[in-house]
Amino acid sequence: MTATSLLRRPETVIFLVIVMAMLAIGLVNPAFWQLGNMFSLVRANIVTGIMALGVLTVMISGGIDVSFPAFAMMAMYLTLLWMFATGYSGVALPFGMATAIGIGLGALNAFFVHSVRMIPLIVTLGTGALVRGFLLGVIGTSTINIDRMPTPLIDFARIDLLSTTGPDGGHAGLTAMVLIYLGFALLVHLMLRHTMIGRSVFAMGGDPEAARRVGFNIRRTTFFVYCLAGGLAGFTGLLHVSMIWLANPHDLAGMELDVIAAVVLGGASIFGGRGSVLGTMFGVFMLVMVNNSLIIMHISTTWQRVVVGVIVIAATAVTAWRDRKRIA
Amino acid sequence: MTSGLDLRRFVRRDTNILQLLGLTVLIFAAMSALNPEKFLRPYNFESLTFVAPELGLLSIAMMLAMLTGGIDLSVIGIANLSAIVAGLFFHAAGGARGPGLINLPATTVAAGLTIALTTGLLAGAVNGLLIARVRITPILATIGTGQVYVGLSLVLTGGPAIVGFPALWDSIGNGTLAGVAVPLLLLLGIAGVVALVLTRTAFGIDLFLIGTSAKAAIFAGIRVGRATFLSYVATGLLASVAGIILSGRTNAAKSDYGTSYLLQAVLIAVLGGTNPAGGRASVLGVVIALVALMLLSSGLQLMRFSNFLVDFIWGAFLLIVIAINALRNRRR
Repeated sequence: MTATSLLRRPETVIFLVIVMAMLAIGLVNPAFWQLGNMFSLVRANIVTGIMALGVLTVMISGGIDVSFPAFAMMAMYLTLLWMFATGYSGVALPFGMATAIGIGLGALNAFFVHSVRMIPLIVTLGTGALVRGFLLGVIGTSTINIDRMPTPLIDFARIDLLSTTGPDGGHAGLTAMVLIYLGFALLVHLMLRHTMIGRSVFAMGGDPEAARRVGFNIRRTTFFVYCLAGGLAGFTGLLHVSMIWLANPHDLAGMELDVIAAVVLGGASIFGGRGSVLGTMFGVFMLVMVNNSLIIMHISTTWQRVVVGVIVIAATAVTAWRDRKRIA
Repeated sequence: MTSGLDLRRFVRRDTNILQLLGLTVLIFAAMSALNPEKFLRPYNFESLTFVAPELGLLSIAMMLAMLTGGIDLSVIGIANLSAIVAGLFFHAAGGARGPGLINLPATTVAAGLTIALTTGLLAGAVNGLLIARVRITPILATIGTGQVYVGLSLVLTGGPAIVGFPALWDSIGNGTLAGVAVPLLLLLGIAGVVALVLTRTAFGIDLFLIGTSAKAAIFAGIRVGRATFLSYVATGLLASVAGIILSGRTNAAKSDYGTSYLLQAVLIAVLGGTNPAGGRASVLGVVIALVALMLLSSGLQLMRFSNFLVDFIWGAFLLIVIAINALRNRRR
C-alpha cells in the first residue's frame, strides 16, 4: 500500500485527528497524560465500543439501529431479576442470558425491517419505545443498588490487568474488561472481512437487489445484523451495570446518538457498504476522549453536547463531500 | 346524484382518511365504554385542546421533513431552544420574577415572539443548508444539529428550567379566544396554511415530486436544493411555534422538555398516511391521527396507566400500523 492511499483511508485520518487532539489536550493540561487518566479513558471506551460494533454491522448492511440502549437495559434488568429469583451466583450464564435476550429483541427489529420492509429508523424508534416502555411500565423502575447487586458480577468486572499507585497515593487500575472489548472487536473484524456472512453484509449494504441476485440470502443477513446488534447490546447492558455497581433501568437513554456518531466518525457510510472495525474503534475513542477531557481542559461540561454535535456535523460533512466526489 | 358520485370518488381516493376516522371512532367508543364517567367529561376534551396542538405542530413539521424523504430529529431541540432564547430575553427585559416580568407590554412580548420564531427559522435554515447544500443525510445532519440545539439550550440555561414568562406569552399556551383554546386555533390555522401550500402551490407540488423521485425532479427542472432547504426552514419554524405554545402552557422552558414527543410525532406522521420514504403526505390525515392518538393516551392516563405504559402502547401502535400498511400494499 502506498503512502497516499494509506492517507486516504478514513482510519488514518481519524487516527491523525486523535493524535493531534491528544497533543492539544495534553498541552492545555499535562494531567491528561497521567496513567490514571489513561486507564479511565480506556475504561470509558468499553461499553460504547462494544455497542458500536453492533451498530457498525447494521450500518454496513444499509440499516440503522436506535433501539439497542433499550434492549441493553431490558436484557440487563431481566437477567438480574432472574438471578435474584433463583439465587444463582455465577458469571457466564447471566451474560449468556442477557445476550440471548438481546438477540431475541434484535430478531424483532429484523422481522419488521425485512418482512414488513419498513425504514429501519422508524422500526427501531418503535421497538425502542416499545421495549423501554414495557421495561419501565410493566417490569419495574426501581434501581438496584450496590448492596443488592450480585457480588460475582461485581467481582468479575473489577478484575484489573495491572494497577499503579499514583504520586498522590491514588490507586488506578486498567480494567480487564478491555480484553472483552478487544475480543469482540477482533471477532467482528474477522466476521466482516473473512466470512461469507460478512461478505453478504457488505454486499447487502452496497445494493440489496444485486446481493440477492448474486445469491446472498438477504433475509438471513438482515436477521444476522440486527440480532448481532441486539446480542452485543444485551451483553453490554449487563457488563455496564457490573462495572458501575448500579442497575438503573432508566440508564443509557440517548446513548444511541453517541454510538451512531462514533460509528459515522469512524468512516462508516449511512448508505451502507462501507465501514471498518478499526475506524469505529477510533471513532469511539475520539468521542469518549472529547467527552472525558472537557473537564481536564477547564471547559464547562454544559458544552459537551454542543461539541459532540459539531464533531458529528463536521465528520458527516466531510463524508458527504467525499461521497459526492466519488460519485461525480 | 352528483353528491353520491362525489362521495364515492372521495372514498376511493382517500381510503386512508376514512380508515383513520374509523380508528378514531373506535378508540373513542372503546375509551368511553371502559371509563364513561371520567372520559366523557367535557373537561377532558377541553384540556386536550390545550395539550394536543404542540404535538400536532411537531407532527406536521415531521411530515414536512418526511415528504421529501428526509426526517428531522432536531425538532424537539429547536422547540426548546426557541422558548429558552425568548425566556432569557424576557428575563433580561423584566427581571427574573415578579410583576415586572409578568406585566411586560405587548411590544416586548411581540419582540420575544419574533426572537423565538427567528431562532426556529435559523435552526431550520442550518438543517436545510446541511441537507440541501452540504448533502448530509437528513438523519445524521439532524442528529448532529439536534445535539447542538440541545447543547446550546444547556449552555444558555446551565441546566435548570427557565421559569416565569410574561402573562401575555402564557395566554398563547393557555388562553382562549371566543371560548376556543388559543393553541387549537393556532394548530388549525397553521394546518390549513400548510395544507394549502402543499396542494395548491407550485412549491408544494415540487416537494411531492422530490419525495417521489429526486432524480426525476431534477430532470423536470425543479430546483431541488432550494425546495428542500425551504421545507426544512418551514419545519424549524413550526417547531418553534410548538416551543412557544409549550412554554406558554407550562410557564417554563427547559432543554429536555417533551423528549418523548419525538417518537410520538413520527408515529402520528406515519399513522396519518405520510410515507417516510417520501412522496406522500396529508395534513388532514396527520390531524385525524393526532386526534385518535390523543384520545387513546388521555383515556389510558385516566385509567391510571403510567406514562411508561403509554409509551409502550405508542410504540406497539407504530409497529402495528406499519405492519398493516405493508400488508395492505402487498395485497395491492
